[in-house]
Amino acid sequence: MKKVTYRDQISKVLGISLVVFLLSTISLFAQDEVVVEEAVAVTESPAEAGGGDAANGKSLFNQNCAACHALNRKMTGPALANVEARLAEEEGLDKEWLYTWIKNSPGMIKDGDAYAVKIYNEYNQAAMTAFPTLSNADIDDILAYTAAPPPAPAVAAAVPGEGGGSEGSSSGISNELLLGALALVFGILIFMLYSVNATLKRVMVANGIEVKEEQEKRMPIWKAFAKNQFLVLVTAIFLLLGSAYFAYGWMMQVGVDQGYAPIQPIHYSHKIHAGANKIECKYCHSSARKSKHSGIPSLNVCMNCHKSIYEYKGNPEGPSQEDLANGYTNEFYTGEIKKLYAAVGWDEENQKYTGESKPVEWVRIHNLPDFAYFNHSQHVEVGKIECQTCHGPVEEMEIMYQYSPLTMGWCINCHRETNVKVEGNEYYAKIHEELSKKYGVETLTVAQMGGLECGKCHY
Amino acid sequence: MASNKKYWKSEAELNPNDSIVETLKQNEFVEPIPVDDFLGDKETLEATSTNRRDFLKYMGFSTAAASLAACEGPVIKSIPYVVAPENIVPGVANYYATTIANGFDFASILIKTREGRPIKVENNTYAKAGGGANARVQASVLSLYDSTRLQGPKAEGEDVDWETLDTKVKAAIGAARNSGKQIALLTQTYASPSTSRLIEEFKATGGNVNHVTYDAISEDAATTAFESKYGERAFADYDFEKADLIVSFGADFLADWQGGGYDSGYSKGRVPKNGKMSRHVQFEANMSLTGANADKRVPLTPMFQKIAIAKLYAALNGSSVGGELLGDAQRTLDGVLAEIRKNKSKAVVVSGIDDVNVQTVVLAINEMLGSEAFDPKAPRYTRQGNAKAVNALVADMNSGKVGVLIMDGVNPMFTLPNAAEFKAGLEKVDTSVSFSTNWNETTEVTDYAAAANHYLESWGDLQIKKGHFSLMQPTIKELFDTRQFQGALLQWMGSDKSYYDYIKETWSTFVLNGASWNKTLQDGVFDANAAKMMMQASEDADPQVMTSSTDDKETSIETVDDETLSTGISIDAAIRSLAGSSSGDGMELVLYSKVGMGDGQQASNPWLQEFPDPITRVSWDNYVTVSKKDAENMGMTNWNVANGGMNGSYAKLTVNGVSIDNVPVVVQPGQAVGSVGLALGYGKTVGMKSEMQTGVNAYPLYQGFNNVQSVSVEKSAGEHEFACVQLHKTMMGRGDIIKETSLEIFNTKDHAEWNHVPQVSLDHQEVPATSVSLWDDFDRSIGHHFNMSIDLNACTGCGACVIACHAENNVPVVGKAEVRMSRDMHWLRIDRYYSSEDSFESDNTKKVEFDGLSGDKGSLGGFGELEDPAANPQVSFQPVMCQHCNHAPCETVCPVAATSHGRQGQNQMAYNRCVGTRYCANNCPYKVRRFNWFLYNNNDEFDFHMNNDLGKMVVNPDVNVRSRGVIEKCSMCIQKTQKTILDAKRDGRLIKDGEFQTACSSACSNGAIVFGDVNDKESKIAELKDSDRMYHLLESVGTKPNVFYHVKVRNTTEA
Repeated sequence: MKKVTYRDQISKVLGISLVVFLLSTISLFAQDEVVVEEAVAVTESPAEAGGGDAANGKSLFNQNCAACHALNRKMTGPALANVEARLAEEEGLDKEWLYTWIKNSPGMIKDGDAYAVKIYNEYNQAAMTAFPTLSNADIDDILAYTAAPPPAPAVAAAVPGEGGGSEGSSSGISNELLLGALALVFGILIFMLYSVNATLKRVMVANGIEVKEEQEKRMPIWKAFAKNQFLVLVTAIFLLLGSAYFAYGWMMQVGVDQGYAPIQPIHYSHKIHAGANKIECKYCHSSARKSKHSGIPSLNVCMNCHKSIYEYKGNPEGPSQEDLANGYTNEFYTGEIKKLYAAVGWDEENQKYTGESKPVEWVRIHNLPDFAYFNHSQHVEVGKIECQTCHGPVEEMEIMYQYSPLTMGWCINCHRETNVKVEGNEYYAKIHEELSKKYGVETLTVAQMGGLECGKCHY
Repeated sequence: MASNKKYWKSEAELNPNDSIVETLKQNEFVEPIPVDDFLGDKETLEATSTNRRDFLKYMGFSTAAASLAACEGPVIKSIPYVVAPENIVPGVANYYATTIANGFDFASILIKTREGRPIKVENNTYAKAGGGANARVQASVLSLYDSTRLQGPKAEGEDVDWETLDTKVKAAIGAARNSGKQIALLTQTYASPSTSRLIEEFKATGGNVNHVTYDAISEDAATTAFESKYGERAFADYDFEKADLIVSFGADFLADWQGGGYDSGYSKGRVPKNGKMSRHVQFEANMSLTGANADKRVPLTPMFQKIAIAKLYAALNGSSVGGELLGDAQRTLDGVLAEIRKNKSKAVVVSGIDDVNVQTVVLAINEMLGSEAFDPKAPRYTRQGNAKAVNALVADMNSGKVGVLIMDGVNPMFTLPNAAEFKAGLEKVDTSVSFSTNWNETTEVTDYAAAANHYLESWGDLQIKKGHFSLMQPTIKELFDTRQFQGALLQWMGSDKSYYDYIKETWSTFVLNGASWNKTLQDGVFDANAAKMMMQASEDADPQVMTSSTDDKETSIETVDDETLSTGISIDAAIRSLAGSSSGDGMELVLYSKVGMGDGQQASNPWLQEFPDPITRVSWDNYVTVSKKDAENMGMTNWNVANGGMNGSYAKLTVNGVSIDNVPVVVQPGQAVGSVGLALGYGKTVGMKSEMQTGVNAYPLYQGFNNVQSVSVEKSAGEHEFACVQLHKTMMGRGDIIKETSLEIFNTKDHAEWNHVPQVSLDHQEVPATSVSLWDDFDRSIGHHFNMSIDLNACTGCGACVIACHAENNVPVVGKAEVRMSRDMHWLRIDRYYSSEDSFESDNTKKVEFDGLSGDKGSLGGFGELEDPAANPQVSFQPVMCQHCNHAPCETVCPVAATSHGRQGQNQMAYNRCVGTRYCANNCPYKVRRFNWFLYNNNDEFDFHMNNDLGKMVVNPDVNVRSRGVIEKCSMCIQKTQKTILDAKRDGRLIKDGEFQTACSSACSNGAIVFGDVNDKESKIAELKDSDRMYHLLESVGTKPNVFYHVKVRNTTEA
């Protein structure tokens, strides 16, 4: 009896110490967050410092101009840093010219203004959109923004960078700490057991109890086991069943590539595109709406945006510690955009396609076997299934991986549980009415609609 | 009653003692698995160095290695477009309207493309002229991906670039112009307004240009006769739907007669409507597809056909001619005469004899009758070949008058009977160029082989019939460094126009009359009936443009023609000459083209090679067809060997001293005694894979471009192994497969009598078999329930569906040796049944009326006739695919549940689940399941198209390519029905009747195969299912199939 309670105590001690350690790790991460928040505050402050017209100008610039203009580089239109001063110096054009130009550039080209025509011809005869809604004050704000020295992102990046570095190492320490503490606990436990045993022996000797050495007379336990055929049989059966269970489990995962996350030729981050920028999945994977393939977007789709997004500065506060630990710096992402330019043959300097393209050889992640037919449009358009249902939290995936097992059991299960979206679809009107009468239900699962038949997917 | 008739598929079945036939009936797989070969032979076993332990070691190792290898998945790359074409969505098919015009086949078609690859040919339902896509047109998409195609221009067999070739040819043309030598263009029939105009312009650039149109299989007699009567080199068009009586003298108009494409109109008239259908009488020598469909077929040699035509004309004319017909033929002719008199303008007479006299008389008869089916006003232009001009050209070449010879779409070295003469002439030609898609007999001997585009890579246009235009547009960029003839000619003329611009110019000037070019291009066809007046006007203004190219007066050949024309072809003279016709000393050889091979252009197309001939059911061969009587006289036979293959004797045919030896012999029931038949287009060897070099070349016998030749036939030694499927997959001798009746019975009796439902005994009472079932029925009233209807009256057996099925479902080609072993993979076969003439009753009457030993009613000859039903059998075609039984015997025997039933009525086959026990195939009463004995793809043992990247481009990405060891069968095109359903779901609409199609139903332009949802009560299929003619195959088995047939009605009622 005593021993039993004693053992209980040991486990209690163990459990409590574990809880203590877990709690301590949580607090460690909590500290992380505090640091990050501080970093955010730090980055915000210099931006605030600019203030005044330029701040409004910046937002107006981002709303209206940024699609075609950057401050320090040519895009669809010319670079706009210090545009007012530059025009005044080089061309002798005043603000009034700029007002007219911004409000009605096609008109100026039509009227044959010399510089307007020159600019028009220089930029592939792509006329600038007229902005009649912008007031002169707005334009002043924008010009103030273009005249102000561009904010130095280096400062902003540096602050969290330092914090990130120290935090990165501290999180490493916490892991080691945890392991060390565990080792310590085990050490203590062993020591305690040993000492308890020693104490008991001493008490025994002191009390003069002699322990009879019965072991030699008794049959060794394994011999007794071997002699008991029933036990052997039962054990063998259990062993066999157990190994069969595991063998089956192992074999069933053959060819199941759940979690498959190959390295792609271009590090494309769904986290940034679908997560941070909230780009709708089907904007790029447009064929999912009408085809069986979701389709890997062709590079011209990328260029819809990346013609103007030539560098990565998605996180104004700089990359997070985690990103930095993985090497996902802004420069890294910008480098990936350059890879896209190389593949599609985009000459950044002249804002022109060179015509020398090199298709990107993506590694296919979701490989359904050829004998299984799957149609995206059926699920996405007709079934109105979210992409995430099968592909998982793509918007959180820095590196895309296979979220679902894509096994037949997984398909079938969903077909059993999911209701068909019959509302507002005339195709289903009659069959829904008849089937729901037959089965006596209001809603129909895919299976009840015949979605478990072999021939629906295998032909 | 129909079931009294005896049906047979092969000569051998008529012999009750034939053990092979019996064996084939009893065995599903004719060849047992040869386990005894290696297990039974003790010596081999002992001699082998591999003992049992070694074997187990190897086994263990390979199993372990295989399972280890299976653990690691391959890395699959996915490469998207850099700039995606706007109209291509990966996974969605695009359809383009285009036109095939390869000189032999002309049709407006749709091409299905996937990711830019043409994969399937469909009928263009907008096209009103010409026929649908026949088997060859259906298969032509595979010829695009032929790995033996010419991949660039060649000079003397060495690769050159186009620039070099251009320079050389331009120089040669210049030299010819200077020296005044002929610049000859020897081309296929284009029937193309733009090409005609282009060639005229080429002529106008100077020099002595001579354009000669050459058809490998000539219809010169018919066009000449038409020209002399109507002044234009063309054919009269026939609409057989409007005819109540069709009389044909050797015209195989359901196949390739006068360019073909007459079958859909014919079929429409053959389905009994309001108790009426057309009557078709055929006088012919070979058993042709057309003869097989006739209500009354009279085997008659061409000589007697001519006499019959003369007599027919004379009788209608009220005059009389000499010449004599024998017994049955005369009787039938008299009957026909009475019928014609009765039907008058509802009758039509056609003939396929290559004789100007015959064709003139036929035109005169139709004119005299005022036949409604006969349309000489808007003629067809699908054959323009001029035999005289070709002969003149060969003579000119031999006399050294030709400086440059440019050929396109022709292979004279293979197809000319006087190929040797042509070759000799070619040596005297300074420069010769041949445009060809493949390396062939002609490119071998010309200076330059210009690699030509396939029609699916080309621009073009076609006037198939006056006023009916269609456009040809490329559906894929040139796969190789090829060029089309017209483009090259434009370049040689120094024009910088593309042929596309040229066509557009021609059309906007002469054809469209203000109609939209883009709309026309999208539709593929343009009916100029509305614009006809304009057409005539422009023709008057610019005569050489729109009319055929042969009417120019420049060359000497044309003058010859004109002389003939001026003298005209006197009907009286023609009749006299016909009535007095006699055959030569020997037998009469009738040369024909097979439905599957045509003139032989597509000989390297494995689908066509494996396509069984509708009549003989022989694939991978041509052969001489001989009547049973003649065969017996000459000691020729066919016999079946133990593995079910058919063997036959060889014959040697000699025409005018030209002989071809080792022609395999097929004893053909219904072949006119005294005649033999031989198909053209086979026997090509140059530039072909060895597997494709099949048959014998019959063109050397095609002398004077006449399809009837006097021939001497003798047996030669050896025996030929055929790949004939006629005994394969018999239905175990069960009856009630074909049901047929006569129009009279059909009209007068209750359907229970002529469409008898088999009875079975239930509780000792006879009840209809359809009312009894072992199984409970599923409720199929909800959702779609697919059914297929096959009308035996509308089916002509043309086989377009067979090839369409091949293309849609990635059915593998297995090759001659495998077909011979009954391992053909066709999911859809067209069974051909012969049946003895009329009924047993007439035989009985005959027996009763025997009078004396010899003489007309003598029992000596009479019994012989009775015993010889093969002399002139009736023929029935029956397309059989998986019947998708509601109570399917195959489903219950599958140990792994690989085959199961869908709610929509389809019997589904999960290939990945199949372990290959073949129990299902054994238990299938219809024998429609096919087993993959080998891996047919990526396997160089099967060097057809699935083993190379080019040929694989034709594969339909929506259908599995099956592997070794699994059963496959017709899926009722579930990929197509699913697609239709998905489209409707996406649009949120109901499915209209006619939207559901299978490959075979959409390929059938005759309307014989109809597919649809019977739960849609308004649909055509539901109406057809309620028809009195509806029956199921082997109803007594109780399988309750979802495919049903319509009783064949023969119009045997003589008027």
